Amino acid sequence: MKKVFAPEWEGFVSGKWFDDGINVRDFIQKNYTPYEGDESFLAKPTQATVKLWDKVLELMKQEREAGGVLDMDTDIVSSITSHPAGYIDKPLEKIVGLQTDKPLKRSLQPFGGIRMAESACESYGYKVAPNISEIFTKYRKTHNQGVFDAYTPEMRLARKSAIITGLPDAYGRGRIIGDYRRVALYGIDRLIEDKEHQRALVSGSMSEKKIRLREELMDQISALNDMKKLGEIYGFDISKPAKNAQEAVQWLYFGYLAAVKEQNGAAMSIGRTSTFLDIYIERDLRNGAITEDEAQELIDHFIMKLRLVKFARTPEYNALFSGDPTWVTESIGGIGIDGRPLVTKNSFRYLHTLENLGPAPEPNLTVLWSTRLPRSFKAYCAKMSIQTSSIQYENDDMMRVSHGDDYAIACCVSSMVVGKEMQFFGARANLAKCLLYAINGGMDERLKIQVGPKYRKCEGEYLDFDDVMDKFDAMQSWLADLYVNTLNVIHYMHDKYCYERSQMALHDRDVKRYFATGIAGLSVVADSLSAIKYAKVKPIRDENGICVDFEIEGDFPKYGNNDDRVDELAVDVVHSFMDKIREHRTYRDGIPTMSILTITSNVVYGKKTGNTPDGRKLGVPLAPGANPMHGRDTSGAVASLASVAKLPFGDAQDGISNTFSIIPGALGKDDAVFAGELDLDALRNS
Amino acid sequence: MTGHIHSLESFGTVDGPGIRYVIFFQGCPMRCQYCHNPDTWQAGSGTEMTAEEILKKADSVREFLRGGGITATGGEPLMQLPFLTELFKKAKTQYRFHTCLDTSGITFSEDKRSIFDELMKYTDLVMLDIKHIDPQKHIELTAQKQDNVLAFARYLSDKNIPVWIRHVIVPGITLNDKYLYRLGRFIGTINSLKALDVLPYHDMGKAKYKQLGMKYPLEGTRTPDKQEAVAARGTILRGVRDELKGLPYEY
Repeated sequence: MKKVFAPEWEGFVSGKWFDDGINVRDFIQKNYTPYEGDESFLAKPTQATVKLWDKVLELMKQEREAGGVLDMDTDIVSSITSHPAGYIDKPLEKIVGLQTDKPLKRSLQPFGGIRMAESACESYGYKVAPNISEIFTKYRKTHNQGVFDAYTPEMRLARKSAIITGLPDAYGRGRIIGDYRRVALYGIDRLIEDKEHQRALVSGSMSEKKIRLREELMDQISALNDMKKLGEIYGFDISKPAKNAQEAVQWLYFGYLAAVKEQNGAAMSIGRTSTFLDIYIERDLRNGAITEDEAQELIDHFIMKLRLVKFARTPEYNALFSGDPTWVTESIGGIGIDGRPLVTKNSFRYLHTLENLGPAPEPNLTVLWSTRLPRSFKAYCAKMSIQTSSIQYENDDMMRVSHGDDYAIACCVSSMVVGKEMQFFGARANLAKCLLYAINGGMDERLKIQVGPKYRKCEGEYLDFDDVMDKFDAMQSWLADLYVNTLNVIHYMHDKYCYERSQMALHDRDVKRYFATGIAGLSVVADSLSAIKYAKVKPIRDENGICVDFEIEGDFPKYGNNDDRVDELAVDVVHSFMDKIREHRTYRDGIPTMSILTITSNVVYGKKTGNTPDGRKLGVPLAPGANPMHGRDTSGAVASLASVAKLPFGDAQDGISNTFSIIPGALGKDDAVFAGELDLDALRNS
Repeated sequence: MTGHIHSLESFGTVDGPGIRYVIFFQGCPMRCQYCHNPDTWQAGSGTEMTAEEILKKADSVREFLRGGGITATGGEPLMQLPFLTELFKKAKTQYRFHTCLDTSGITFSEDKRSIFDELMKYTDLVMLDIKHIDPQKHIELTAQKQDNVLAFARYLSDKNIPVWIRHVIVPGITLNDKYLYRLGRFIGTINSLKALDVLPYHDMGKAKYKQLGMKYPLEGTRTPDKQEAVAARGTILRGVRDELKGLPYEY
């Protein structure tokens, strides 16, 4: 390939990113300007921003008044190029592009499952055009259909009883982050050239693997061509690299827009874009091409577009995820492996949108926190958190070890190197229910049917710890096996019928695939085992001998109080279940990981899990993520956090979440009332 | 040796610099009308714990206490002086914690100087809560005389132990410009004064009184807002300034 340093790159330091393939990280490292100062440089919203945002707020209000959905597409199947250009108010918009032809009009995406698309429409009073329903039932198979064709009876039953649940078998799996920055840095033509080259190298004896790869690469190339057309629809030629900040934001956004036009994924995260874009803004500022006001305007308009991303979803889906989340997660900050903080002025600008546009849950602004972040950035984060409660924090010091310094978060905690790693999202297995199956010999305590293997159930007046542990271990083995295989089916079919062509076009050819599993109900399991071990637990059996309730005699240590006796039980469960997951063959040799993170579905899971030996009653929500059960962590916040911090990250690499609420007053003194140390000399001289 | 401990809190954010592991001592000779922890008054009850037990717990959450440390409060920690001294000694020498004592200073007297000297060897910061600057009002508010408190303040000043002054503003009792200014004049004489913490009175202790079957003494007293706290702080600081400059009294 002939290498020409494009005129659009003038002013950038060359490096591997130019002469050795696609390498956005190298570009960032060679060109970014770390910023250690404070927020005083930030600009207020421009008049255009204020006007535009008012319009969006009005639309959002109308959407709420209309019952949650403003408009739905019922007759155009969404694709990268399916719609003409759409605007909020064209002359005001510095960054353009909508999922459909109108803001907040939800697109029709039937490839995950036509029934899901239909019922999403119906629940808001719309109806999918009959010819489209016909095409996607008669002629074009969907992901959902494929999965159910291959599911075994056991898998269906486990799904019905909700011992495995939230599975992406009827909706888009999401959790894949395209490296949207590539569009801006290289332009589409260079990316196509690269993909053509990759494709040419897949030749010779055609194994199934190679055939699939050739087909996928072709899908990716056609997605890239479509992205170019998407640019044209809005009057831009994105075949070449972006030549200034505005183009860089716009190009990058087109890459993302292509993804959300074709994928209604459970999480459609944007990656780690702020410091990348800062390089373009810095260059323009240096050249006097833009002012700080204009730079902030670009970011405000970009974030505004991300806030407008919406999908057509069913009320059941919304119940599972507690609302209508899109998980447009943007990862900000962190420390480079050379020790320089990856904080730039643009990191501040992103957070500043929470002031300029007001607080919002999306995009999910996530600070990759390190103890070594610049002090003024930490202070600004804290200030914005206090003001807006809209920032998520994740431990960069921990994740940098496995992912380096160009990873991003998909959804809420799943870390992956941008453009090099992806994950197969696998929802979660309900370990609280698994424990009940162990006690009841595989009988479901709620449905009263045999779901798990018919092992011997726990007998006797009181539960015996060693006996329960033996049986729990065996039941976990069964569950891990079934769970992994169910996910194998799902991801096979998703790749086949609902392939993320545009996102994968913005990845390397040979990506590392994480096979993400998850667990729910950890604290219920830990406390239950603790009750059985340290108190006396008497099962109450129904007429069929199924334990339907438990009486606890005496007290027992509870997870969340920094008490090793029970915390170690939690640690052991995480470790042993992950080991059992590791035993199995995974689809496309995905690397198994596990998360303890559900912060929304725990409510639904609780409804489907009977009384547990810790004293929790049927229907009571499981604690979110790795949280202690509500009200049982009675030794203060730090003790509660310390319990959670014992969980081994190596066995839960896809993330551990802990939901922590605290009233502002409990976080410290009010600045106005208590200003820290007095300056007596100043007072004396005042 | 064991101490009588009311409770432990692993995430104290208002009891000294940084995040504090807070040890609530059981027992207090004061009967402050606005006290929100009347359950800590009675001496001799609570959980008996050794210094080692407490410090081990604090040590297990050490990561969170960077920039912070441990705080002894109560109740009145000075009521268990030998235990408190052992706790702080161990905390400093063995565990290397920053130690902070939150006290009213009420048990101090000149003849106890030498045993207080031992405690102060291991005390990094004293948060001295001056309840009322007027001697008579002090008795009305706390059922104790103020002399020991002021003597303790002078002792800390002499020994150059860093001091934060805490003061609760209660409408009709301490929230009065004259008293606040005079308080400022007094604390302006403390050479080792480092900070001033004005606490608006709140009635969150009410429920506890009810639980204990006690009459709430400040029934009907208004809770001051933030602006009043800021203003009160300003008045106290004016007193401090005038004292430092040697200006005549405003009141």
